[in-house]
Amino acid sequence: MTDNELPGPDDEARVPRRVIGTPAQGTAVLGTRPVETEVETPGVTLPDPADARKAERTVTLLFFVAFLAGIAFIASYVVFQVGSLDKTAVSNAALGGTLTVALLALASGVVVWVRRMMPKYNLVQERHEMRSDDDTRGYVDETFRAGAAESGFVKHKMMRRTLLLAAAPLGLAPLVLLKDLGPLPGTSLRHTVWKKGMKLVVEGTGQPILAADFDSPGGILSVVPEGYEHDLNALAKATLILIKFRPEDLKSGTIKNWTYDGIVAYSKICTHVGCPAALYEQTTHHILCPCHQSTFDATDGAKVIFGPAARPLPQLPIGVDGQGYLIAQADFDVPVGPSFWERGDAEADAREARGNQS
Amino acid sequence: MNETPKPIAGTASYLDDRLGAGSFLKRNLRKVFPDHWSFLLGEIALYSFIILLLTGTFLTFWFKPSMGHVEYQGVYEPLKGVMMSEAYASTLHISFEVRGGMLIRQMHHWAALLFVAGMMVHALRVFFTGAYRKPRELNWLIGVLLLTLALAEGLTGYSLPDDLLSGAGLRITEGVAISLPIVGTYITFFLFGGEYPGVDVISRFYTLHILLIPGILLALISAHMVLMWVQKHTQMPGPGRTEHNVVGAPFYPAFMAKAGAYFLFTFACIAGLGTFAQINPIWLFGPYTPADISAGSQPDFYMGFLEGALRLMPAWEINFLGYTLPLSVLIPALVPMGIIMTGLALYPFAEQWVTGDRREHHLADRPRNAPVRTSIGMAAVTFYGILWLLGANDEISTHFHIGLYETTIIGRFAIFLGPAIAYWITYRICIGLQRRDQDILSHGVESGVIKRLPHGEYIEVHVPPAEDIADHLRGKKQIPIVPGDEDKDGIPPKGVRGPIGKLRAKASKFYGTDHVPLDGDGHADGHGHGHDEHAAVGAGDKPRELH
Repeated sequence: MTDNELPGPDDEARVPRRVIGTPAQGTAVLGTRPVETEVETPGVTLPDPADARKAERTVTLLFFVAFLAGIAFIASYVVFQVGSLDKTAVSNAALGGTLTVALLALASGVVVWVRRMMPKYNLVQERHEMRSDDDTRGYVDETFRAGAAESGFVKHKMMRRTLLLAAAPLGLAPLVLLKDLGPLPGTSLRHTVWKKGMKLVVEGTGQPILAADFDSPGGILSVVPEGYEHDLNALAKATLILIKFRPEDLKSGTIKNWTYDGIVAYSKICTHVGCPAALYEQTTHHILCPCHQSTFDATDGAKVIFGPAARPLPQLPIGVDGQGYLIAQADFDVPVGPSFWERGDAEADAREARGNQS
Repeated sequence: MNETPKPIAGTASYLDDRLGAGSFLKRNLRKVFPDHWSFLLGEIALYSFIILLLTGTFLTFWFKPSMGHVEYQGVYEPLKGVMMSEAYASTLHISFEVRGGMLIRQMHHWAALLFVAGMMVHALRVFFTGAYRKPRELNWLIGVLLLTLALAEGLTGYSLPDDLLSGAGLRITEGVAISLPIVGTYITFFLFGGEYPGVDVISRFYTLHILLIPGILLALISAHMVLMWVQKHTQMPGPGRTEHNVVGAPFYPAFMAKAGAYFLFTFACIAGLGTFAQINPIWLFGPYTPADISAGSQPDFYMGFLEGALRLMPAWEINFLGYTLPLSVLIPALVPMGIIMTGLALYPFAEQWVTGDRREHHLADRPRNAPVRTSIGMAAVTFYGILWLLGANDEISTHFHIGLYETTIIGRFAIFLGPAIAYWITYRICIGLQRRDQDILSHGVESGVIKRLPHGEYIEVHVPPAEDIADHLRGKKQIPIVPGDEDKDGIPPKGVRGPIGKLRAKASKFYGTDHVPLDGDGHADGHGHGHDEHAAVGAGDKPRELH
């Protein structure tokens, strides 16, 4: 191989001695490299006085800008009022803009000050091992044992044991106090406010629904129980989606005698973690939960066809009252919403119960 | 200044007379702080926290943490007369009827995002440079705890305005809590004061968000700072830097001024974001009702990985003996978080066990020089990143015209393949970079100077690298390996006997083997590769004697 590693003496001056793109040693990122004049302390390189004077002008300008922007901030507070979307936008822009400029100018000023008017430091300090020396450790160890002996904690067994005994119930006390944070679940998760004869009303308007009016196949409504339009606890379990089908579209998963004239009611609360399954695709009859994209087939008992939900959306038995308004026939026969430990296979139990009835 | 000004000198003596602060200052005023851009990442988190305390206090002056129903009578026209909780109404009030309220609210939200983001990149810096090693393991644990608490702080915070978006987050929180085996329903009922949503959760979250969690955060951050101060900062390898010293700028005045400027920069960034980048426009979402949701609901970015995990999971649920185990919620809610947080917490101790390295480390590793650690880290980042991306799979599907279900199915494979591929690629990159370092040290850098030799051959002159760069490269440390070879009688050394010991010896060899050793002082070793790459133009190799 050729000896191409060593530059000749005249090469020294003109060959770069570093990887391209890396800063030279001691290069300041802002400004030029300070001329190394008198060095007072080792590791402290004083800045070039001429450059420092130039930098002072920059810093002064920046601090003055910060001052003006600060004044402008206070003025903006007085001048621009809030009270509507547009006025708030103007006030926000004025307050925020002046604050940003003030802080930015102040920060930049300090940076120029540090980088060009303060010395460059390369100070060295010794580290010491974190560990204490053996003498210290020995002393602490001895003192600890002596103190333990003096206190009698080791010797007097009865005292030690009763002290631990005394601490135990007091340690539990805070936990006991938390019990009244809430009632016990009981069977509340298994029921909703729906019951026989309760009217279905449209969410938002509160209008009851005439079955004859809800007659375009593919139509969908978000429905809540009458009288509970603003009861969030009730709505969190009882909200429904109501879909109108041609009766021949319905498949075996849907319980036919719980529908009315092709109108099916499913719980809107997703069986995954409880978001409202609010999206409906008319052509495929898919109900989609926007949170985690569990997808249910509305024609087939809302069975899961994709996503993390493990169970179909429960179906609510519906019918009409004397005037033709849609009403519930009963509550759901399985718990709605997300799964929980005590839930069990409620669907199997419900199927069995329905089998016994018929 | 020839003399300290009277007011300062007077105050100082007054305080020193009573506190004895002088000896502390004597030791610490010129405390040396090493410099590296990556050391600034944690400071972003620290300053964001300070800004969070300031802006958050402002918001509490008007916010009403109540779920009581009121009819909105404020100035925002589209919602006039709408029934909503007091929490939501007061958030609208802060936004539209308090001067600077909108700005501070948006700054608070942006600062929260920057707080968590700052912690994450800081944690990555500490991880990839091995700065968590002895004696800093405890501070690393405090950091992991801080990150976990920050997630809880974020969750309790964005639930407070009680708008439709925050309610969706709360609903998912409830769905996750209630899925826990045995205790799930009880925890949910205790948290919400009964059935979801109840009337208590906002005021309870408020207490957690403004008192309990920030209090713990403040205490832990202080401990984090004190430990950093006492143990002194790590430094990158370079000229004059050893395991036994710190090289850098003194606390007073340089570091202090720099830190102050950096705080102001962070503040300015957050103010700029709060001014010009709208965030969480709650007035567009409307008040919360469990019956509605808007499509494309996204949590704040730091919750995205949990959202992605929930979306990714197949519909697994087990029913047995009348009980239900909703794995499709439990696994994504607990496993990724568990893997990442537990993994982070245990890593320093696992590494110590594998390498048997109980020494103190104050010189940071360059990530390439610990290739297995770096690759594990990148695999974890990929794991997290894929979950995070899938948390927005509906947006990806819309914007990139990929089928929604396809994104999920691809994700189900990617979550296993991605980290493995990332591990392999990172490992190769590390080895490649090590070879390049070795090459620079043994052959120097290309000077760009072409020289014609007397016999007509053209060569490019290589020169030794600059001293600071060479020192930086030479900072590479051998990773210790637990001795695992059997002695002449076929008996393995103590500590690596038995199945666990054998595993340890194997892991140690894998973890510590240096595939690209730097030779002593970095001179050509005659067998380093890369010779062929030299820009020798001309007659090729000639016997040396001809010169």
